[in-house]
Amino acid sequence: MNKQNLQYYAKVHSIESFGTVDGPGIRFVLFLQGCHLQCKYCHNRDTWDINGGHYQSLDEILDKILRYRNYIQPDGGVTVTGGEPLLQVHFLVALFTKLKEYNIHTCIDTSGMVTLTDDVKKLLNLTDLVLLDIKHIDNEKCKSLVGVGNKLELEFAKYLSDNNVPVWIRQVLIPGYTDDTNDLLKLKDFINSLSNVQKVEILPYHSMGKFKWEKLCLKYELDGVRDANNDDVQRAKKVLGIT
Amino acid sequence: MKFEQWNGFTLGDWQDEINVREFIQKNYTPYEGDSSFLAGATEKTKKLWDEVLELYQKEHDSEGGVLDIDTKTVSTVSSHEAGYIDKDLEDIVGLQTDAPLKRAIMPFGGIRIVEKSCEAYGRKVDDEVEEIFHKYRKTHNDGVFSVYTPDIRAARSSHLLTGLPDGYGRGRIIGDYRRVALYGVDVLINEKKDELEVLNVDEMTEEVIREREEISEQIKALNELKVMASKYGFDISKPANNAKEAVQWLYFGYLGAIKDQNGAAMSLGRTSTFLDIYFERDLKNGVITEEEAQEIMDHFVMKLRLVRFLRTPEYNELFSGDPVWVTESIGGMGIDGRTLVTKNSFRLLHTLETLGPAPEPNLTVLWSTRLPEGFKKYTTNLSIKTSSIQYENDDLMRITLGDDYGIACCVSPMKIGKQMQFFGARANLAKTLLYAINGGRDEISGKQVTPIFAPITSEYLDYDEVMAKFEQMMDYVARIYIKALNAIHYMHDKYSYEAIEMALHDREILRTMACGIAGLSVVADSLSAIKYAKVKVIRNEDGLAVDYEVEGDFPKFGNDDDRVDQIAVDITKKFMNKLRKHQTYRHSKHTLSILTITSNVVYGKATGNTPDGRRAGEPFGPGANPLHGRDTNGALAVMNSIAKLPFDSAEDGISYTFSITPGTLGKTEEQRVTNLITMLDGYFKQTGHHINVNVFDRSLLEDAMEHPEKYPQLTIRVSGYAVHFTKLTREQQLDVIHRTIHEKI
Repeated sequence: MNKQNLQYYAKVHSIESFGTVDGPGIRFVLFLQGCHLQCKYCHNRDTWDINGGHYQSLDEILDKILRYRNYIQPDGGVTVTGGEPLLQVHFLVALFTKLKEYNIHTCIDTSGMVTLTDDVKKLLNLTDLVLLDIKHIDNEKCKSLVGVGNKLELEFAKYLSDNNVPVWIRQVLIPGYTDDTNDLLKLKDFINSLSNVQKVEILPYHSMGKFKWEKLCLKYELDGVRDANNDDVQRAKKVLGIT
Repeated sequence: MKFEQWNGFTLGDWQDEINVREFIQKNYTPYEGDSSFLAGATEKTKKLWDEVLELYQKEHDSEGGVLDIDTKTVSTVSSHEAGYIDKDLEDIVGLQTDAPLKRAIMPFGGIRIVEKSCEAYGRKVDDEVEEIFHKYRKTHNDGVFSVYTPDIRAARSSHLLTGLPDGYGRGRIIGDYRRVALYGVDVLINEKKDELEVLNVDEMTEEVIREREEISEQIKALNELKVMASKYGFDISKPANNAKEAVQWLYFGYLGAIKDQNGAAMSLGRTSTFLDIYFERDLKNGVITEEEAQEIMDHFVMKLRLVRFLRTPEYNELFSGDPVWVTESIGGMGIDGRTLVTKNSFRLLHTLETLGPAPEPNLTVLWSTRLPEGFKKYTTNLSIKTSSIQYENDDLMRITLGDDYGIACCVSPMKIGKQMQFFGARANLAKTLLYAINGGRDEISGKQVTPIFAPITSEYLDYDEVMAKFEQMMDYVARIYIKALNAIHYMHDKYSYEAIEMALHDREILRTMACGIAGLSVVADSLSAIKYAKVKVIRNEDGLAVDYEVEGDFPKFGNDDDRVDQIAVDITKKFMNKLRKHQTYRHSKHTLSILTITSNVVYGKATGNTPDGRRAGEPFGPGANPLHGRDTNGALAVMNSIAKLPFDSAEDGISYTFSITPGTLGKTEEQRVTNLITMLDGYFKQTGHHINVNVFDRSLLEDAMEHPEKYPQLTIRVSGYAVHFTKLTREQQLDVIHRTIHEKI
């Protein structure tokens, strides 16, 4: 089979057979290779390069997933993350179509920073849950933190809401970057404007991804920024009005 | 038979024959509820446990962690006077010697090991005892070494065969201690007398003579058991009258065994549901309360936590600490579909809360996907809190073993009172592979250990050539192995017969020859490297292959990759079939375990560089685990790989050690419980056999920093991120410990 036929091949970074923190239940987590953002705090720096990773066929990946059916059903399922999974939308449409045949719960962990093409819409139609990582509610701060503004992801969120795709909103809490009270209040307003949010998760920033940057001989831009602690999380939750 | 002690029980065949299972089936009350009925520790329990904790501290502060040794009294069922922790507080009484934590000497297994142990802790064995056992009385150890052949000695000293029970008690025999409570000792003695009559036959063959002698020994041991109990003021000749007596009678049976034998594993069986019948009767009659029921179980478990044996420091190093394997099997399903979980199953597990977590007794949950939800939730929740529970697949074992089996040691299932095993430690298969390459010369010493085989001389290893030679070497090892085990168990029966444990068995029993293998994942990875990558041999000046260079990548065991997993499956089957070719002592049935406990470290130390790139001296994976760090697809991939290993060819158990941090198991307490239940259901549906669940707390993680080899595949996961704990720098590890434990990410 031609590896350029992206419907049947994915660029894979790695898999995790026992995922419990990216969506409900026990999840088979597929890490896809390649990301177009440049988040300064990225803890998977090694997934950016679209030329990295290795090709795996749809059949191979499906075969792997089905080996875990005894564990991922009834409550769990498959989560695709990365990298930015939506960069490989054609493959995901094919994969999720298959997963739906097997009645397996599908989930995408994304920044939503993509254009809403017909293919993306088709994929969202096959998606049971989106973990939507809001990079920054403030457009300018977003640009400086991840390289692009937040216009696309907010539109993406709106689309999910309009089309009743269940969403868990995620906010990485970085002291001094994303924890400003006013920003959090703005985020709260935005979340309240959506009708499909099932859960809001605060992900405390941690520097455990730093060594991955260093391994690639890259400068870690958030050097010196402290990890978010439990107090930070509680405070943010309070502002957002979640428990 | 009829006893007033049986009033209120549903009658059946069990009255007229020894049949504990039928008694249970006719009388037990399955419990499908949750843990809300449980009562906490009573004041009496707390006070007594505080005294035990003080004793623990004293023991810890003593030389080598041994509080005291009775160097004069040779331990037998009735050898010592009564001993107490605090007589007025104890619901359940009985100690191995006349004082708590005072260790006994058991020289029938071997006098030298007793002498060595005493010396290691600054004591000396009594002169008279030494004289008797050196001059007049032969031991098991003497017996074995008087018949060992040179090839066995060579295989043993080169660590091809390791941990053989030729100098210590073989253990792994479970007496049906429930019989003491249900029938009383007199009935058991009469039963044994009847058996002697059955053996009053025309031909006095060797078999008949041996069996008649053994049964006579058993009768003697049962009489001694009565004497021992009488020293504590109890007459156990008749059945137990109530729950407290039932626990006491049963414990006396077990106490007899641990006074008689310093076995490698002295397991308890499957007692909690049996005892529940007595508790239910007493509760129904209003003679005890739930608090009192818990108190009795707490005091029973305290006694089990005080079991000590005199062993050498090397032995403890091999098995990490001072293990006894007082394994108690809990739960499971009956063949009629009713659960065997009772309220008393909960009470027993509850001791992890009333007395706090502890490695002993070795609480083993027989898991079925059909176990009641309340029980599943309670055990997994305790697992997460204490890391003190192991799980074995009841749905798998029930097929061949029925619903009244128990686990001896860690993973060895046997029908209670109807089956025993000849414990065989294990053969080092990784070393066997290296011997195949070197024609039987040891890769470290260069010594010719086996007869001379043609070594491999090519620069690169060829899979077919290596396999052919590996088969030959496995043939050789299987032969030597069974030879050694036959000698060992012949002598153990002759010089250190477990009379009291065997008195609590039927006459006709199934005996298994329980062999074992170590280093399976190293072998699988090595063969995979040879098959799928290129492996270049590095030889020293004597032509001895001492190292290997792997060129290219290869599939590694533990990633659910059939290419290599199938190699592990094939090797297991092959070695099992090679063992089956050899005649065993007492026509015992060949079985195999894939289990190393913690000795994977020591076996690794004794094994040179292997073709998979593992360096000389590095530990093997424990049991059936993949080699440390080789699994890259997460925990379930490891489980799937291990679940492929065929139980049919490894009926003595397939051990898997699973370690995880709370945060990786799930974000909230509730999710962790649900995920662990789903994971266990899934693993056992995949036909996995055994799993040790470690949910790491701070101290465990700190230990993992110091001893990474003990904690394979410890993964740290927060959202979207995973890394092997041991790959982080020390600083990072400290950070993770801090975050994982305190921040509850």
